[in-house]
Amino acid sequence: MIDVAKALVRTLTTGGKEYKIWLGFLSLLALIGITLVYRQVDQGLIVTNMRDQVSWGWYIANFTFLVGVAAAAVVLVIPYYIYKYKPIGDIVLLGEIMAVAAVSMCLMFILLDMGSPERFWHMIPVIGIFNWPQSILTWDVIVLNGYLFLNLFLVTYALSKIYAGKSYKTGFIWPFILLSIPAAISIHTVTAFLYLGVPARPFWNTAILAPRFIASAFCSGPAFMLIIFQIIRKTTKLKIKDEALHKVAEIVAWTMAVNLFFLGSEVFKEMYSHTAHIAPFNYLWSGLDGHDQLVPWIWTALIVNSIAFLILLIPALRRNFKILNIACVFIFIGVYIEKGMGLIFPGFIPDTLGEIYDYMPNSLELWISLGVWAIGLMIFTLGAKIAIAINTGELGKGPPAVH
Amino acid sequence: MSDNAHKNKSQITRRKFLAGLAAGTTALALSGRNADGYIIEEYFRQHFKRLSKDDLKKILADLEEELSFEYGKKATVKATPPMDNVVFGYALDLSRCIGCRRCVYGCVNENNLSRNPEIQWIKVLEFHKDNKKWQSLEHSNRYYNPEKVPQKGRFYIPVQCQQCKNPPCVKVCPVKATWKEPDGIVVVDYNWCIGCRFCMAACPYGARNFNWGKPSIPKEAFNPEMHYLGNRPQYKGVVGKCTFCIQRSRVGRYTACVEACPVGARKFGNLLNPKSEIRYILEHLKVFRLKEELDTNPKFFYFFSMGSSVKS
Repeated sequence: MIDVAKALVRTLTTGGKEYKIWLGFLSLLALIGITLVYRQVDQGLIVTNMRDQVSWGWYIANFTFLVGVAAAAVVLVIPYYIYKYKPIGDIVLLGEIMAVAAVSMCLMFILLDMGSPERFWHMIPVIGIFNWPQSILTWDVIVLNGYLFLNLFLVTYALSKIYAGKSYKTGFIWPFILLSIPAAISIHTVTAFLYLGVPARPFWNTAILAPRFIASAFCSGPAFMLIIFQIIRKTTKLKIKDEALHKVAEIVAWTMAVNLFFLGSEVFKEMYSHTAHIAPFNYLWSGLDGHDQLVPWIWTALIVNSIAFLILLIPALRRNFKILNIACVFIFIGVYIEKGMGLIFPGFIPDTLGEIYDYMPNSLELWISLGVWAIGLMIFTLGAKIAIAINTGELGKGPPAVH
Repeated sequence: MSDNAHKNKSQITRRKFLAGLAAGTTALALSGRNADGYIIEEYFRQHFKRLSKDDLKKILADLEEELSFEYGKKATVKATPPMDNVVFGYALDLSRCIGCRRCVYGCVNENNLSRNPEIQWIKVLEFHKDNKKWQSLEHSNRYYNPEKVPQKGRFYIPVQCQQCKNPPCVKVCPVKATWKEPDGIVVVDYNWCIGCRFCMAACPYGARNFNWGKPSIPKEAFNPEMHYLGNRPQYKGVVGKCTFCIQRSRVGRYTACVEACPVGARKFGNLLNPKSEIRYILEHLKVFRLKEELDTNPKFFYFFSMGSSVKS
């Protein structure tokens, strides 16, 4: 046991120059974030740009986006385990590690957004009060933590088996792998329900919100992974086959098609029915009474998502990695904007009494969020480092010869 | 000076305590009636509804001592229970309201609301009668500032907690820190709220306010007669809201906003008492409620006693 721990520490602490610079860079960002978190805890959330009118902002937007990134795992799990698409076998564990990192970031963002985070124990059943099943937030706590531990378990189990030179695809693990699929769907559905279950905010109060969440999540998560996989295969010994990446790109093409279709349905519903509830929609897409700060953002999102969709739709284009990467970056940007400026902010603007408060995060919110991202990427980097070392046989006995 | 020093000290001890907690020190090892002990007790204090009678008595006494010291006035904090056969209701006469905001300031003074950052539980919305500029709340202005009110061609709708029979804010709270009392008042346990602000997203009336920073109340303006679930000073990072002045209404008094209104536009009483003024209004005048389509079922009604001030 101690030998294993030593070997793990050795793996994590040895690496090329780039690896060390990367970790150093992430640590610096994390440190800046933590310093500013201290200020936020000391003075309160007043140091952010959030106010009563827009009571959730950049943190909740990032939380929502990252719930989507956590879907990366399931987009790999389904083709590999259900459809036995072999090339993805090399990357499926990395997808699960990404899910762990993404959900960890989600939980950090929730904690950051709480006004009294030190009272978290009030949520623990028995000693505190857990308002389940009434409050959708308690459902989200359950599914997010469940998904986190499920992926953590799947990854640890698989890696320990490979470490010992055995196959991890035993009958025992099968139900857990299957469970991870509805679990991934559940984190998006429940997170969407947080917003759509609130009739006070007509912009969110639409049944298509949950399907839209899933569609956009299945774009952003895999798009992010596609870029990371290419970095990994350039910088490590892990072989990732082109076919695996092409398959993921193809999946993203179709999920983006669905995403844009859902958006279209929503646009039609709002514009054609044109009720008093169109105000937030107008604020977002064309501006309201001269307030139009979100307009350039949402149009940018629409344009980059559409371009990315066209690139991914055409096989010749998506098989060219340079062009594919442009599409992936576009999707990342597009969905990121959609979740923040496109979903959370306009849910509150105008507020329930009709007031327009032009919320945009201030630099403190941006730096703190960057810090969370840095910690999340650090979790991923360290996890991936171990997974790759085990998978390539640098650490332990390596995977058995025959899959 | 000495009070400032006390304030700073208690801030430091609070911070020290939290740091200690993070480091895993057993907080329970410390106890007694010193500052540290009080903060630890406060941290582990249970939900209001789970407190035993003795616990509550001690908490109220401690709170009184602390607040008396902090504000230099003899403070009382009660936990007066609801009266039997009483459900409070409110009616506001829009034909009388002149938009003077005396209710707003009366409320701030009565309820020990923070002056910096500024928190107001009542929001008065100004509408234009002309230009069809009154069909939706988006056409209202909360920050009107003329020399004199009422202005010609304007009318005013004050909005505060509507004390819904079916409150969407209560449903969403993950820790049951907010609930509806038997007399219909929706309250918040300021010591239990975790500050997630889901209730603020869920409230259709903008009736909930968050303490974004540490609330501050000038000593001379401090109202020493308080209720645990009502007008005691709130904390940084928790949500507060109008409680129909629970500290007053539960002992048979009018709310501060009713008393502050110079034109008698505000009516308050027991909905279960057939002889009450509020029942008279509901039975004899046409009343409406905000956002009825949401089925929140407010116990806050609006009416026009003198014809309609809005041309239809």
